[in-house]
Amino acid sequence: MHQVEIATTKETLLDSPEMVLNMGPQHPSTHGVLRVILKLDGETVMDLDCDIGYLHRGMEKIAENRMYTMIAPYWDRLDYIAAVSNGLVWVETVEQMMGLVVPPRAHYLRTILTELNRIASHLLWLATHALDIGAVTVLLWALREREEILKIFERQFGARLTCHAWRVGGMPNDAYDEFDADVRRFASNFPKRLDEYETVLSENRIWLSRTVGIGVISGEDAVAIGLSGPALRGSGVAWDIRRARPYAAYADMDFDIPLGENGDTYDRYLVRLEEMRQSRRIVVQALDKLPDGPVNAKLPKIVKPPIGDYYHSIEGPKGEIGCYLVSDGTAQPWRVRVRPPSLINLQALKKLCLGHLVADVVAIIGTLDIVLGEIDR
Amino acid sequence: MLLLAPINFIDQLLLRYFSAETINHVIWPFIQIGLVVTLVAGWVAYATYLERKISAFMQARLGPMRVGPWGLLQPIADGIKLLTKEDFIPEKADRWIFFFAPYIAVAAAFITFSVIPFGPDWAVITDVNIGLLFVLAVSSVGVLALILAGWSSNSKYSLLGALRSSAQMISYEVAMGLSLIGALMFARTLSLSGIVNAQESDAIWYIVYQPLGFLIFLVSGIAENNRAPFDLPEAESELVAGFHTEYSGFRWSLFFMAEYAAMVIASAVAVTVYLGGWYFPFVYRLTEAKGYHNVYVIVSLLIFLTKLTVILYLYFWLRWTLPRFRYDQLMDIGWKWLIPSALINIIFSALAIFVVQALDGWHGIKTVESLANGLDLTGTGKAVMIVMGLAGLGLTGLLLARINWRSRDFNLKSQRRNIKLVNLPQGKPAVPVVAPAASE
Repeated sequence: MHQVEIATTKETLLDSPEMVLNMGPQHPSTHGVLRVILKLDGETVMDLDCDIGYLHRGMEKIAENRMYTMIAPYWDRLDYIAAVSNGLVWVETVEQMMGLVVPPRAHYLRTILTELNRIASHLLWLATHALDIGAVTVLLWALREREEILKIFERQFGARLTCHAWRVGGMPNDAYDEFDADVRRFASNFPKRLDEYETVLSENRIWLSRTVGIGVISGEDAVAIGLSGPALRGSGVAWDIRRARPYAAYADMDFDIPLGENGDTYDRYLVRLEEMRQSRRIVVQALDKLPDGPVNAKLPKIVKPPIGDYYHSIEGPKGEIGCYLVSDGTAQPWRVRVRPPSLINLQALKKLCLGHLVADVVAIIGTLDIVLGEIDR
Repeated sequence: MLLLAPINFIDQLLLRYFSAETINHVIWPFIQIGLVVTLVAGWVAYATYLERKISAFMQARLGPMRVGPWGLLQPIADGIKLLTKEDFIPEKADRWIFFFAPYIAVAAAFITFSVIPFGPDWAVITDVNIGLLFVLAVSSVGVLALILAGWSSNSKYSLLGALRSSAQMISYEVAMGLSLIGALMFARTLSLSGIVNAQESDAIWYIVYQPLGFLIFLVSGIAENNRAPFDLPEAESELVAGFHTEYSGFRWSLFFMAEYAAMVIASAVAVTVYLGGWYFPFVYRLTEAKGYHNVYVIVSLLIFLTKLTVILYLYFWLRWTLPRFRYDQLMDIGWKWLIPSALINIIFSALAIFVVQALDGWHGIKTVESLANGLDLTGTGKAVMIVMGLAGLGLTGLLLARINWRSRDFNLKSQRRNIKLVNLPQGKPAVPVVAPAASE
């Protein structure tokens, strides 16, 4: 006979089991199809688990069956918010395996456009992060600003979001005629607009109370988990691939790395805002120094990197985007592996969320700035 | 006059078929109720339009523009769409409670309109002598609808939303009720028309006597109606849609209407108690005193609606500017700030009345004119009251600041940090930057 235990004492009556709440995959603020399984006591998060893979498209396997030059458009669909950066990591990896020397003008244009992409990505982060915490108006403002960048992309690449920006060995075409004027106009308007957006949030009591001290992670823990990008620098770890292993034209650029102190949501917020300002600085510098010349290196008819393996990474908007490439000497890669910053940053979610409330989980997912296209690949 | 004619005409027409008593106690109230319900429903529908337009202008957009000129027919199109949508009830839901919860919400919101004095004389359906209590009591029934909706949906998001809303509404109800007491002491009546009359006869709006009370009422009114920044029960980004996650179509729109109606009521009460209701200087002297009674009523009605719109605009403005509070912070504000300040406000109001009455006749100072219709004060008396009100506001602020001096939330602004900027040393380049001339 199955015995049913009847709660008799006060303690057992009050000892109610935790509630398991499925957040996602269809949830407005998991930034895509992330499924977070929360174990709640009241509204306090007792335990948490992430379920990913709803957007898995087998990008790495697809890459094994494509020629080297055909893979770049797939890479745009990894982190679709930062397609320009993603494309760059692929072409640079191939170029370095081949020992190709890219003309300096291409390097400078790559720097300008990836930095614009960083601003666009951070603006979208600002928009969604603010929306998650309830400030709806910032969403529209940030998107208006991002629109300016997307217009530049549209004229340069012919696409707004998944712009197939680069080719192995350089760029498909030179910058369009009014490129310089367009970028400069954006760069001159941007700082005061950003200041305006900041006045709505940075000093706002509600914003402060929702972000200060929420999701704290120490620098050591951040390194141990493998966080990268603004999430790492928010904890005060000075690591930026643009400085540590300069690619494109970053070695010539003068810029600062913003570092947080406490590693909480507010610090990561400030770091990203400052990164946008620094990106703008890089853009203006690169425009001033932009050399003349071709934008393409000479390529063999079929790109065939020598046998061997190679890892190259760049500082994407979300963190370190890496690409590990194994070549068997044929026209198709033998194995490709992407280091997705969002996936590795997402691992910190449980550590950041435990003991916080449901509302904070949303804020913390926002502050990690994840993109599911990249996590699931 | 011209405006009087149609009403007399209808009276004549009705007298042919009914007795005078039936007309006064049955027919006219029904006409009034019908008018108010229609107008309020229209007003609520257009409040959504207003909100969408205002938010659009704040966000550098145009808002609804397609349906009719400037999108003016958008609320009607929305209504038709919602009416024709499928009435979906989840399989595991408690069908009957799920079915009835929206009606409770909308009924609780609309019944309250019966005592709201939109204007003098015939512009109010009924003037109950416990009007304010009636408003507070009936509008708090709305929380029952939310709990029932959240519970019967059998969804965890709805349940969390319902629990949040019940805790929120109950705690803010206390502050809301307490904040009104100060004004009631001055008006000496619970009848809403009586409160307006008291302000009219004293020629003052109670907001100048009761700045603190007005602030508390406004904040707790926003929280009571689940509006941003206190919109936790339906926080989109956390709980999908809170208590009405599982609702769709017309049932959802009933909740929506109830929310907007409740917002209009809270604004109406704020206008009635603190902003003088339909009273505006010189209007009485220019119309009623010259014999234009219906003009007086209609102008007063418009004044009331204007004031109402101003408060509504405040609601919209806050919603589209501020981020959302967290649940525990919301409770902190309710219990640690609003309720204590409401209590202090009561003491100060009593003190103000006492001081004004004690001063009367002292060294030939005259402060009180009469106590027949609320508190009727002379210029000196008003000045004393205003000073007392401001002192109450300041002292309450100081006292609460002193109590919360060391708390984290109070010192948030000092926790605003600046980030360090470092220039890292350059590592070994991954890419050769400048192409050597002899690369070929």
